[in-house]
Amino acid sequence: MLVIKNLKANVEGKEILKGINLEIKAGEVHAIMGPNGSGKSTLANVLAGHGGYEVTDGEIYFEGKELVELAPEDRAREGIFLAFQYPIEIPGISNATFLKTALNEVRKYNGKPEATPKEFMELLREKSGVLGMDPQFISRSVNVGFSGGEKKRNEILQMLMLQPKLALLDETDSGLDIDALKIVSSGVNVFKNNDNAVLLVTHYQRLLDYIVPDYVHVLSKGRIIKSGGKELALELEEKGYDWIKNDELIEENV
Amino acid sequence: MGNDLLNMIELRDFNLPTTKNEDWKYTNVAPIMKNNYVLGASLGYENHLSTVLHDFFFQDFDYYKVVFINGIFAGELSDLTGLESGIIVDSLSNFQKNNSELLSRHLNKYSTIDNGFNEINNSLSSNGLVVFVPKGKVVDKPIQVLYLNGDKTENVLSVPKNLIIAEENAQVSIIANYHGIEGKEYLTNIVTEVYAGKNSIVDLYKIQSEEENSYHIEKVQAYQEANSLFNHYNFTFGGSITRNDINTCLNDENIESHFYGLYLAHKKQHVDNHTYVDHAKPNCMSNELYKGILDGESRGVFNGKIMVRRDAQKTNAYQSNKAVLLSKSAVIDTKPQLEIFADDVKCSHGAAVGQLDENSEFYIKSRGIPQDIAKSMLIRAFAADVIEKIKIDELREQINHLVFEHLNRVEVKNN
Ligand SMILES: Nc1ncnc2c1ncn2[C@@H]1O[C@H](COP(=O)(O)OP(=O)(O)OP(=O)(O)O)[C@@H](O)[C@H]1O
Ligand SMILES: [Mg+2]
Repeated sequence: MLVIKNLKANVEGKEILKGINLEIKAGEVHAIMGPNGSGKSTLANVLAGHGGYEVTDGEIYFEGKELVELAPEDRAREGIFLAFQYPIEIPGISNATFLKTALNEVRKYNGKPEATPKEFMELLREKSGVLGMDPQFISRSVNVGFSGGEKKRNEILQMLMLQPKLALLDETDSGLDIDALKIVSSGVNVFKNNDNAVLLVTHYQRLLDYIVPDYVHVLSKGRIIKSGGKELALELEEKGYDWIKNDELIEENV
Repeated sequence: MGNDLLNMIELRDFNLPTTKNEDWKYTNVAPIMKNNYVLGASLGYENHLSTVLHDFFFQDFDYYKVVFINGIFAGELSDLTGLESGIIVDSLSNFQKNNSELLSRHLNKYSTIDNGFNEINNSLSSNGLVVFVPKGKVVDKPIQVLYLNGDKTENVLSVPKNLIIAEENAQVSIIANYHGIEGKEYLTNIVTEVYAGKNSIVDLYKIQSEEENSYHIEKVQAYQEANSLFNHYNFTFGGSITRNDINTCLNDENIESHFYGLYLAHKKQHVDNHTYVDHAKPNCMSNELYKGILDGESRGVFNGKIMVRRDAQKTNAYQSNKAVLLSKSAVIDTKPQLEIFADDVKCSHGAAVGQLDENSEFYIKSRGIPQDIAKSMLIRAFAADVIEKIKIDELREQINHLVFEHLNRVEVKNN
């Protein structure tokens, strides 16, 4: 589904991603962990097409299509979804308007008819039910006055509504209390099937108790320095990142 | 119609401000002076009796309807049915006939003649709107006043002189709705005086959608008594050169004033808002929130003056002015002017100019929403905190509509 080859990217002239290689297949869950500032959000933003990040080298293929030149809205329509680490507030635009516009744009692009108001409401009721969201939220402005946890929940709701093929979840678990974490995780698990994939960025092993990854990668200073199965997350929790860094240094010295 | 029958007015005869005047530094009125004008009063409005005015009005709520054409009260086109007795909504000239004593107590008592435009209004105006709400009365519906200006064949000068009197404990909401008639360049030059008596509430909405070849100048001068609340909502969409002076004098204690403004401009439109809040007595509060959206080669000016006089202890005065520039050629000049002579006050002002936020745009686009709609959403978001202040629910979405219509961008609405 997603193939990343030797991806390098700059922010304001500074190289942040220094040659990322990663392959994600349909049906898989990948977790990316790594120290603050290592480039996890940068990777997610580059995949979603943020204009502030410049790809300087490498390739990204999504379902066989080269992504780098594709506009962010087209990536979304092709099926890439980014749940933001810091969701944006949009005063004056209701969640209903926002979701309906997004849903219909994605549908149009994929040759499907727009959702009727009734279809939209039914879909919304179903998906917000999964996340235990108060239906009142729909008439409120996007993320305005939402608590940190509500914003994260709203990201997952958008994902459930848009049904992307690849969901990039950037620290969707941070700032959640334990109940919210369970709810958000169950939202992701409801979403998950054999035809889609999830890439989640997290600092905490506890999320991975609820959303079990097939692979765990460690990103450090713009490179994936170690990959493994879900046990790797446990090991990281126990020992921190330093032991890998040391390993890596040894490898580099060889 | 032969011009010789009409009295042509040369603006050169009046001492209009130049850019050498500090208060007019960024607004060059020379283009206004290149025409000679026919006074609206001399044109009459008979040929507009069959004009369909319906579409000019904001709809979907109940209101008292008043029509002025080129500054002249059109009684036949107005509808004040159901207005409670004692409350007067009329033309200045009728009011003068029937209530001359009352009029002389208020007219020209609050506004001074600050410049040539005020002088023109003062010497040429014979008409305008009067709203009189006596002690304790509450006007049950907004009064929506359509000012339709301009002419197909003449350069018209309209000079409405408006007077709003809310006596003690009175409440009134007025929507001044300015539109134009396609045709020759015209000038609308208004003076509006507002008297807000003790404990009264006056909401004054101004929505200016004049033709883009027109010039629009207004001075609003409010005078507030103890415990009164004056809300001014100022929306500018039309006009080639627009200048608003919105002034209030808080001349007793526990007074509140709010100035909300949203101005849009594109092409070569020029919009200049000057506000002046004069805190003369203690324990009052004023708050200003102005936002501008500038596209094309348009230019915005905001000058917000707050005066806190020596007696005005415990004053709270806030001012915020923000502008978003949608094009590289749009320009804004903004200047706060705080003159504080009391020591125990809370005053703050802030100004910000920028583009639409890139991260917010990315967020919206990352949901599959195309660039033009994403930008429209951000425009709506930018204007939202001003528009949300409108108390008349139905008016809010209609104002939003005008935002997109005037910027000529795809509309985003909530439904
Ligand atoms: N817009 C930007 N402008 C300047 N520097 C940036 C920008 N975005 C990211 N960076 C820099 O790139 C580096 C990687 O940032 P990134 O947000 O990708 O880290 P992260 O791994 O997601 O960290 P965290 O765990 O704290 O979320 C940091 O040094 C950051 O300061
Ligand atoms: Mg991050």
